[in-house]
Amino acid sequence: MSNKPNSYTAGPDEHGHFGIFGGRFVAETLMPLILSLEKAYGEARRDPAFAAAIASHQTHYIGRPSPLYYADRLTEEVRARAPAGQGAKIYLKREELNHTGSHKVNNVLGQILLALRMGKKRIIAETGAGQHGVATATLCARFGLQCVVYMGAVDVARQKPNVVRMQLLGAEVRPVQSGARTLKDAMNEALRDWVTNVADTFYCIGTVAGPHPYPAMVRDFQSIIGREVREQVEAQEGRLPDSLVACIGGGSNAMGLFHPFLDEPSVEIFGVEAAGHGLDSGAHAASIAGGRPGVLHGNRTYLLMDGDGQIEEAHSISAGLDYPGIGPEHSWLHETGRVTYLSATDAEALAAFQQLSRLEGIIPALESSHALARAVDLAAQRPRDHIQVVNLSGRGDKDIDQVSALLAASNNEGAGA
Amino acid sequence: MSRIERRFARLREEGRAALVTFITAGDPDYDTSLAAIRALNEAGADIIEIGMPFTDPMADGPAIQLAAQRALKGGQTLARTLDLVRALRETDADTPVILMGYYNPIYIYGVERFLADAKAAGVDGFIVVDLPPEEDTELCLPALQAGLAFIRLATPTTDDVRLPSVLANTSGFVYYVSINGVTGTAVPDFEAVAASVARIKRHTDLPVVVGFGVRTGDHAAAIARGADGVVVGSAVVEALRGSLDADGKAGPGTVPAVTALVRELAEGVRSVARRG
Repeated sequence: MSNKPNSYTAGPDEHGHFGIFGGRFVAETLMPLILSLEKAYGEARRDPAFAAAIASHQTHYIGRPSPLYYADRLTEEVRARAPAGQGAKIYLKREELNHTGSHKVNNVLGQILLALRMGKKRIIAETGAGQHGVATATLCARFGLQCVVYMGAVDVARQKPNVVRMQLLGAEVRPVQSGARTLKDAMNEALRDWVTNVADTFYCIGTVAGPHPYPAMVRDFQSIIGREVREQVEAQEGRLPDSLVACIGGGSNAMGLFHPFLDEPSVEIFGVEAAGHGLDSGAHAASIAGGRPGVLHGNRTYLLMDGDGQIEEAHSISAGLDYPGIGPEHSWLHETGRVTYLSATDAEALAAFQQLSRLEGIIPALESSHALARAVDLAAQRPRDHIQVVNLSGRGDKDIDQVSALLAASNNEGAGA
Repeated sequence: MSRIERRFARLREEGRAALVTFITAGDPDYDTSLAAIRALNEAGADIIEIGMPFTDPMADGPAIQLAAQRALKGGQTLARTLDLVRALRETDADTPVILMGYYNPIYIYGVERFLADAKAAGVDGFIVVDLPPEEDTELCLPALQAGLAFIRLATPTTDDVRLPSVLANTSGFVYYVSINGVTGTAVPDFEAVAASVARIKRHTDLPVVVGFGVRTGDHAAAIARGADGVVVGSAVVEALRGSLDADGKAGPGTVPAVTALVRELAEGVRSVARRG
């Protein structure tokens, strides 16, 4: 909580650091590529034609702006259980309505347009839930690029619909058999591919992690979420929101929502990590709550690890949050105290998944359900004129097989008890 | 003069290149890897690289990934890797020992404490794959200050513009990565490698050794014509793995399997006379 910065939006510095976090911890083979990517992105940022191309595709291909929706039945449900006079107005930022069904496409659009500027013909990506993989496969199809997606073999099994989707879009899905065969291992394998195919390949990272400039670049591409929310809350309520809530795996939907509000001290900001079976169970994916600073995948950040610095396996009901790290800017926002990091368990997320489906007719992704689980608690502790915005980062169609199996299993347990 | 400098000076007198061999510490258990590492020098290795196992070895191919997994499963830690070097030093005071791995276990051990303990154990230098020159303040500069070598990787993507910054704080020797890729997956183009080694030598007086993809005595001989040393990792690790039983346990054949390959490699290196 020491030395508060003058601004929370000035980072990273020229070395890619947010405080002690971030950096460029990669093999020498990749360094020249990362430096050329940094240069190309810097040039693109200053080119109005690049911004115009992004804006045009956002409107006509992705379907932006995504709506900001007042969830009045959810709000009433919270108020019915809250102390008298309490119960914030809950708004949902409808990122699940984007083409491909999540916020991931915002970042992929930016990176693919950058890859085209750099003359790269082959795109690789890692994916956990498959949402980033689907978004990448989609834009590669749209722009005629070769696409290879690395996905842990465990995730291939639990997110089958997205695997089929990627294949229909012409991408090659390579199941990763190393380690725990989830998102972390998919990222290792994508990095190995990149080291091997340096000349023609662009690595499209799906979250605000990895070596500089990825954390800042992905954040910039996702910040359209927060910029739209500012305008939409202003239009609907005539002022700033009072609080923001988003789920965090690597943390790209959260960074995108938070960043345009970081320098607004009146706005409370909450990130929600995946607590899996519980923070004390050892089976969770809450890097800030249960980890400490270390170095992995190109950056220094909070990581789950043992006393020897060996990375531990994360666990979450949600494949998209099943990662033992978090973006470096989040680590810094945690240490500076600007953002409060909470967590939600598998069971809480599953309950929130069902609650939103029944009350609002919206099936949320299991990832976003973690944010919803904490959002309703926070809303119940705030006055009725408090405006809370929850990032509904993805839709839950991809999760229905897994959820129906989990619900059947818990019903059987109940019947046997 | 450091152990590394003494070793290269002696090899220059002998008119030949160095054979650098790699074994992962604790693969598949502490005692076996110590026995294998102790046997390397007599089998013809001039410099010993010891892998510090890590869960996420992003620059390594399947052979060294699996070796790290076996070692971690066998309970290997960074502290035990330093124990292993200390034990080796009881029987071998002269062979340079380089620890190779990834930064996180060192960062968690504590850089200052790690450098002190490594030096006391008899380590001569480090190769840390995920610390490029851009991150020199993390470990490279403290290591140099502690009198330990920090050996940098130069790669086919390291062009003449970048090479000076890669070489700036390098000490001991330069490790040229002969392919774009991970360890042990492709055989290099020997002519291209020779040209690259010559290019690096125009920028530095340090010895240049070449690794990634060298598997046989013939490969070693081909590299040794132009380079000051040849590194063999995955092939040694695979020879070790080939000797394990169905449960991954070492047997009486394990150390001989390693030394047989190292002898072949040493013959390859020694078959090439180099002008002093």
